[in-house]
Amino acid sequence: MSAPRTLYRKIWDAHVVVQPPEAPAILYIDRHYVHEVTSPQAFAGLRRRGFGMRRPDRTVATADHSVPTGPLDGPADPQAATQVAALEANCRRYGVTCLGPGHPDQGIVHVIGPELGLTLPGMTVVCGDSHTATHGAFGALAFGIGTSEVEQVLATQCLLQRPSKTCRVDMAGRLQRGVTAKDLVLALVAALGTGGGTGHVLEYAGTAVRALSMEARMTVCNMSIEAGARAGLVAPDDITFQYLCGRPHAPQGKAWEAAVDAWRRLPSDPEAVYDRTVSLDADVVEPMITFGTTPAMGMPITGIISDPDGVGDADIRRGLRKALDYMGLPAGRPLLGHPVNAVFIGSCTNGRLEDFAAAAAVFRGRRVAPGVRALVVPGSRAVKRAAEAAGLDRVFRAAGAEWREPGCSMCLAMNGDRVPPGAWCISTSNRNFEGRQGSGSRTLLAGPPAAAAAAVTGVVTDPRIFLEA
Amino acid sequence: MNDPVRAMVRSVFPSPLASRFLVLPVDHVDTDQIMPARFLTAVGKDGFGARLFHDWRYDAAGNPRADCVFNRPDAAGAAVLVSGENFGCGSSREHAAWALAQFGFRAVVCPSFADIFRQNALQNDLLPVVVPGDFHHRLVEWTKYDPDAHLTIDLVARTVIAPNGQAVEFPLDSFSQIRLLEGLDEIQFILRHGADIEAFECGRPGCVVQVVNPPDSMTAR
Repeated sequence: MSAPRTLYRKIWDAHVVVQPPEAPAILYIDRHYVHEVTSPQAFAGLRRRGFGMRRPDRTVATADHSVPTGPLDGPADPQAATQVAALEANCRRYGVTCLGPGHPDQGIVHVIGPELGLTLPGMTVVCGDSHTATHGAFGALAFGIGTSEVEQVLATQCLLQRPSKTCRVDMAGRLQRGVTAKDLVLALVAALGTGGGTGHVLEYAGTAVRALSMEARMTVCNMSIEAGARAGLVAPDDITFQYLCGRPHAPQGKAWEAAVDAWRRLPSDPEAVYDRTVSLDADVVEPMITFGTTPAMGMPITGIISDPDGVGDADIRRGLRKALDYMGLPAGRPLLGHPVNAVFIGSCTNGRLEDFAAAAAVFRGRRVAPGVRALVVPGSRAVKRAAEAAGLDRVFRAAGAEWREPGCSMCLAMNGDRVPPGAWCISTSNRNFEGRQGSGSRTLLAGPPAAAAAAVTGVVTDPRIFLEA
Repeated sequence: MNDPVRAMVRSVFPSPLASRFLVLPVDHVDTDQIMPARFLTAVGKDGFGARLFHDWRYDAAGNPRADCVFNRPDAAGAAVLVSGENFGCGSSREHAAWALAQFGFRAVVCPSFADIFRQNALQNDLLPVVVPGDFHHRLVEWTKYDPDAHLTIDLVARTVIAPNGQAVEFPLDSFSQIRLLEGLDEIQFILRHGADIEAFECGRPGCVVQVVNPPDSMTAR
């Protein structure tokens, strides 16, 4: 009998090419996603140093971060256009599939990989992007890397890695009606802290996780990095297999049956030991919102903003005071009823069909409040087509929201979609750092229903008041 | 660690490194602050040092903020940055590490680092030095009374020495230590195991080994 292993350890063991003495392991990478922002210097490094590219067939590229989301023929920032052109040229040169602008499969890298069946259980997946954690929803070990490591993978299809510690996140119970996966993960990040998962891979387990759809699991895994964990994992199950079956790059026929048999052996063994275990009761999670400048500064939307004067630790007190000064929010007061100027619905966290369906349920038959700008940005062309087939675009447009082309957009504001200085934006994205949505922008992170609710009322609103009876 | 690996030396970390240090007493400094996203459309690695902590250094009109530590007249000569816990959290952008290195830093001293930033720093010969909370606290206080104080980082001994001579060890795996001291190239190191990689690939379903070399004309050496 071999020792019981975690899901993480099983994937790790299956990908160690060799363990050189007194060095990190050489870990094989099954899937490498590439985008325009973090790859040009890596390709240039290959050329400068005379390295070839090992596995273009395991590499897929798209343009998402800096692409405009206005009308397709609209103007683009010249430097951003140069960057996208560099990606396309690099892909042509090395024979990498590029799902770039104009391609019917283009979209945010963490949305298109899963929807094309390019991410599969048991894989190792990397990308020069911290939200690569998203792909862990499939039981794949997926983590973000820097540009030097992108170059390493281009050249060798491997990375020098040391094993992470493991943390089991037990999510018992079940989400209440009107509470989303985004609220679940915002509650977890608030509990763990923004560095609480550092050095660990989080494995999400428990009844609440098992009940989540694949899209919802992606939302949870996506924000693992906001607690400092490079990767999050959910063990694959029938919901995973059902999602993947028939996807363009998923195995077909006999190969599918064999793959599912193998994937059923991936979940952690019952006696497997984790370095750490944390618990979160999903039954009591409420719609969440952040009030500060780290994703961990969050609370139930009905809650009271923390008062720095009530905090004992001097460093934490100073950090909280700095955050509230930046945000222009009053300590010790509720956030409900606070005005918002902008609303962003989209991103790799909440840019999938279920997210837009949840937002549309609030927008339907209502209007965006005067003075509020609402951007609704699909995560991919496929999501856009599906949403339009369901008539969701008409709901958003009728409400006075902008239904745009796919991309990262206002999540990080490097494509021209940005929040003006001093304005408050309720956003379904993943980071509320200072200036994240544009210099001086003030971000309130929340789920799609809460974002839509604020759009139609013009103020922070508990989305549960719009639940159909 | 034989010679072919050392052949592609980038640079070698100076040890011991004695330097003045700047203090940025903020916890959870994220990489969006170190390098705002709007500067990431560049396709090269140059020019990021001037934009380091741009939105903390300059006001909306582009004027330097006098209260920002990076704008002090003596900031340029300091090779060490001391900051708070969980430094470098958030985005994986290596541009943050490039900017710190280009500004002149060789080391960042903090109670803890975010995982991806720590890796990116090491790739750029920017040493992430983790120190205990009380030692960190004393360093932060020190510059209030003596802005010219020096600290010393001894990479060979893996110790950092405070201005008063107090030394603490910092954690660093021996592979990273040797890599920094000798300028070891990681890609070359992995490629020495090329036969292992090929065997690994051929032991799995759908074995295809396909190394694509760009045409010579595109390989600028």
